[in-house]
Amino acid sequence: MEERFPMLQIVNGNGEVVDEAYRSELTEELTKELYTKMLRIRLFDRKGVNLQRQGRIGTYVPFEGQEASQVGSAMAMGEGDWMFPTYRDHGATLTFGHSLKTMFLYWKGRHEGCLPPEGKKIFPPAVPIASQLLHATGAAWAEKMKGTDRASIVYFGDGATSEGDFHEGLNFASVFNVPVIFFNQNNGFAISVPMHKQMKAKTIAQKALGYDIEGIRIDGNDAFAVYFHTKKAVERARNGGGPTLIEAVTWRYGAHTTSDDPSKYRDQSETEIRRKTTDPVLRLERFMKNENMWDEKWAKQLEEELTAEIEEAVNEMENEPDANINDMFDYVFESNPWPIEEQKEAFMAGRGE
Amino acid sequence: MTTAIGTKKMTLVQAVTDGLRTMMKEHDDVIVLGEDVGKNGGVFRATDGLYDEFGEARVIDTPLAESGIIGTSIGLAINGFRPVAEIQFFGFIYPAFNQIMTHATRIRSRTLGAFTVPMVIRAPYGAGVRAPEIHSDSVEALFTQMPGIKVVVPSNPYDAKGLLIASIEDPDPVLFLEPMRHYRSSKMDVPEGKYTVEIGKGARRKEGEDVTVIAYGAMMDVAVKAAEKAEKQGISVDLIDLRTLYPLDKDLIAESVQKTGRVVIVHEAPSTGGLGDTIISLINDTSFLYMRAPIERVTGFDTPVPMFSLENDYLPNEKRVFDAIQKVIRF
Ligand SMILES: Cc1ncc(C[n+]2csc(CCOP(=O)(O)OP(=O)(O)O)c2C)c(N)n1
Ligand SMILES: [Mg+2]
Repeated sequence: MEERFPMLQIVNGNGEVVDEAYRSELTEELTKELYTKMLRIRLFDRKGVNLQRQGRIGTYVPFEGQEASQVGSAMAMGEGDWMFPTYRDHGATLTFGHSLKTMFLYWKGRHEGCLPPEGKKIFPPAVPIASQLLHATGAAWAEKMKGTDRASIVYFGDGATSEGDFHEGLNFASVFNVPVIFFNQNNGFAISVPMHKQMKAKTIAQKALGYDIEGIRIDGNDAFAVYFHTKKAVERARNGGGPTLIEAVTWRYGAHTTSDDPSKYRDQSETEIRRKTTDPVLRLERFMKNENMWDEKWAKQLEEELTAEIEEAVNEMENEPDANINDMFDYVFESNPWPIEEQKEAFMAGRGE
Repeated sequence: MTTAIGTKKMTLVQAVTDGLRTMMKEHDDVIVLGEDVGKNGGVFRATDGLYDEFGEARVIDTPLAESGIIGTSIGLAINGFRPVAEIQFFGFIYPAFNQIMTHATRIRSRTLGAFTVPMVIRAPYGAGVRAPEIHSDSVEALFTQMPGIKVVVPSNPYDAKGLLIASIEDPDPVLFLEPMRHYRSSKMDVPEGKYTVEIGKGARRKEGEDVTVIAYGAMMDVAVKAAEKAEKQGISVDLIDLRTLYPLDKDLIAESVQKTGRVVIVHEAPSTGGLGDTIISLINDTSFLYMRAPIERVTGFDTPVPMFSLENDYLPNEKRVFDAIQKVIRF
């Protein structure tokens, strides 16, 4: 199956082009956009981990190492498309237009963190594993019924492929020929469980065969491969070609969450090697150097600007007024049924309000 | 039966591990399975060390699939094993609901006892640890209403171990809920070796005359603090820790309520359809003529558990329980 689903790559770890067909499309403009967006979310991610350590936000879920997968795929989507992330995909949602402040608020345990920016079809992160594949399928199905050319992208991990909802999502999308991109980030682990304990299959892409849909396997640390191959799948979806399962092979450098200790179940030296060999941000830097696009001053200034933007968002998050207790009661239904209204009144009276 | 010798100071989560170890040592048919329970020792370390001690054939990292975990546990249980399945957080049990509701709980009655399911489902539950969304649910009432499964909730390390062993020995499915908030909050002397706490029996934590306070699991702490405050004001509290939610300890509840005539029930689960409603029915059936005040409930609300910035407002606290005690006293 690994031969049948080879790992597609456009630029390798040394920053060399390995798929010549794309050479003319690897423009400086595209490269710098990818680099900028990846660096931006990497800096966000590191900030998230730090804020958690300082107790300024709650448990945080880091994605460092998966930037190419998240940025490349999100950039392949267009205006009006839908995005269904998990708890680890704020790199993708930020790239797709989510605000930095909102994302920080999410990790601070605020419901405001679930709100997409005006006009953006970004669903709140799915915490119950694999449940979101069905929502993405339904939303894309609705677009199809309405006769638009809009599509959905849904993110999920290697572990998620074990849940029934994964299989139901693929099957519905297949049966109804729905324009949805099933974007799997295979980072090798579901918390402590490595892929070989999760499934006997050597690839996730091959699971497409059972549903007779398109399936591809790509180097998830190659931003170009992710971007161009996802784009192709999106175009196919827009043109009535139905769903695609994309397996982006990647790696999370850090812990599963800030509450997890990876040394219990894996050797972290693997991460140290990968930082030097397959790192997605470093790969773009190497590519730019090889292609004479790299400009040290530009890179330095970019990092300063992005850092300032993130600091500003942290400030905004911390200056946000406290969570409003009414929000717990007033959004369960459009209007409060009597039990909630009575409970709310009793609660407010008890606090002296 | 007790073969316990010495004691050891343990947290609640350590007592769970110790209960598992005790039963696994004694019985080859007891196996542990779930997500991350093996090499990682569980996300809360509840199975820490068991993988090394008993091997991967008995401490099994499963694929990430709750319906799969429970469904295959049913198959294991009808065919000679006693699986102890871990659901990583109670809020992730929902994919398994179908397996529990339509199979685990009915096989004995469908087959008039030809097939039985001696299985334990362990799950940490409850809010108050600033966890991400869905990690804080307290939906025990969905299961106490489900015919065919017992539901137990220890509030301290001693009960955790004793009840877990009783649950594994029980011939029928038992849902074993662990108050996440108290996994490590305190230590207590726990007997080494095997002992049981009987399923279906509550415990009186304080002897009092004026008001009965009924709580369980993570809410025991809140109830204790409110009771201590009440006692400082001269109100004596009969404090009951239910420990088992199905079947309830009818005798203990009736005896206490008939003595005090006043009752406050505390749980963090939503109000409507919660254990409070069931307990009120029980009191109605057993002790109606003894009541001196309407029963008060201090519970979570009929809302999803909010994200953690609001969870302290959602959770019953000492003040709300104390206010309720005063209300029934002053009635
Ligand atoms: C239904 C359900 N079961 C269990 C969990 C607990 N949990 C959170 S993340 C995770 C592992 C997910 O692994 P994977 O799908 O590979 O995604 P990754 O976290 O690696 O991005 C588990 C078991 C959950 N969130 N939902
Ligand atoms: Mg994974």
